[in-house]
Amino acid sequence: MNISAIITAVAVVGIVGLLLGIFLGIASIVFKVEVDEREAAVLEALPGNNCGGCGFAGCSGLAAAIAKGEAPVNACPVGGEAVGNKIAAIMGVEAGEAVRNVAFVKCAGDCEKTTRNYEYSGVQDCSMMQYVPDGGAKSCNYGCVGYGNCVKACPFGAIHIKNGIAVVDREKCKACGKCIAACPKGLIELIPYPAKTAVACSSKDKGPVAMKACQSSCIGCGLCVKACPQGAVTVENFLAHIDQSKCTGCRACKEKCPKKAILELS
Amino acid sequence: MLDVVQDLLVLMISSSLVSNVVLSQFLGLCPFLGVSKKVNTAAGMGGAVIFVITLASGVTAVIYKFILIPLDITYLQTIVFILVIAALVQFVEMFLKKYVPSLYQALGVYLPLITTNCAVLGVALTNVQKEYGIGFSIVSGFSTAAGFLIAIVILAGIREKIEYNDIPESFKGMPIVLITAGLMAIAFCGFSGLL
Repeated sequence: MNISAIITAVAVVGIVGLLLGIFLGIASIVFKVEVDEREAAVLEALPGNNCGGCGFAGCSGLAAAIAKGEAPVNACPVGGEAVGNKIAAIMGVEAGEAVRNVAFVKCAGDCEKTTRNYEYSGVQDCSMMQYVPDGGAKSCNYGCVGYGNCVKACPFGAIHIKNGIAVVDREKCKACGKCIAACPKGLIELIPYPAKTAVACSSKDKGPVAMKACQSSCIGCGLCVKACPQGAVTVENFLAHIDQSKCTGCRACKEKCPKKAILELS
Repeated sequence: MLDVVQDLLVLMISSSLVSNVVLSQFLGLCPFLGVSKKVNTAAGMGGAVIFVITLASGVTAVIYKFILIPLDITYLQTIVFILVIAALVQFVEMFLKKYVPSLYQALGVYLPLITTNCAVLGVALTNVQKEYGIGFSIVSGFSTAAGFLIAIVILAGIREKIEYNDIPESFKGMPIVLITAGLMAIAFCGFSGLL
């Protein structure tokens, strides 16, 4: 056994390692990423669901934006007021009032109110419905097809399919907006939690067609528009819509609606 | 001169397509299966692997030629190569964290795992075994890594489509991916007629 061979081997590996170490040391200074310590604290305070409801890529994205002052301290829709106050304390500012929103499915065409044109037994996925005849087996082409893409998308288990349509559990909903993106029919919107009434239909068909498709469809008759003392209801494309910022919750529209397409909430 | 160009072309085609690193040598399967859920991430992984392998082939060829051979300690090649590769991966990690944080997040744990991607060490060792010079080593490294990129992006594209298919319960998840990879390997056999 040659002792010098061992020494050369140790020396070579040692020197290569040392050189690489120096190289990495220099690189770590050159590529240093400034981490704001408040960012870590904010991240700690956020719920950590990474739902993306705030519009940023996960909680770490929002934490970075808050630390830089690019996002308000109460931007997290999930944590609500409690988390907003905690983050405000970290950032040393006052938290503003945040209005709590909930998701609302603009369709009430469940299995009793709609009929089925044919038996569908293909892939159980809402986004497949654009490829099958008539946009799905349900008699209404605009409504909820009930295969639960929103259910799968919801990180909080707040949506369930009941009797063929998606229904939001208002207490569990954190208004993260995942279901809005998941629904290929665009049926889900965010409305304020205290909202009293909302139009549970998305049919843009003319009255007779809509009436045939679903028992609780909006036929665009306009009675609700006339009934509303605040001018909060508008009808466009044979479909009523309530402007929640003007609505006072008098429920006049709901009383007048001949098709019971306007639902009373809370 | 023409001979060299021809040799290089043959080398590039053979190491990227004919003896594809993943599909015919079965190296680097961990990231191939792990990061192939989305085309974007897969392409990012492929890019990072191209960078690491190309640099690693160059650096290891230089070390082999100017340090290990003169000192007659070529038996140290594996450990020295691993050192170099680990350092390069660290470097890529720092670089991505600073300049492409989104990709850094998407790759997650698979980024440091490039270190243990046997394709990287495999290429470096194959270069030495085949007695390539420095230039040939770099070209071989680059085209092997390009072959990895091609394979992983194709698999990711297929997996994005598989998501919507009605797969029998027992094949859901990894089994169907492995079957897909196997079919791809068979398809890539067709390239052997190229040379």
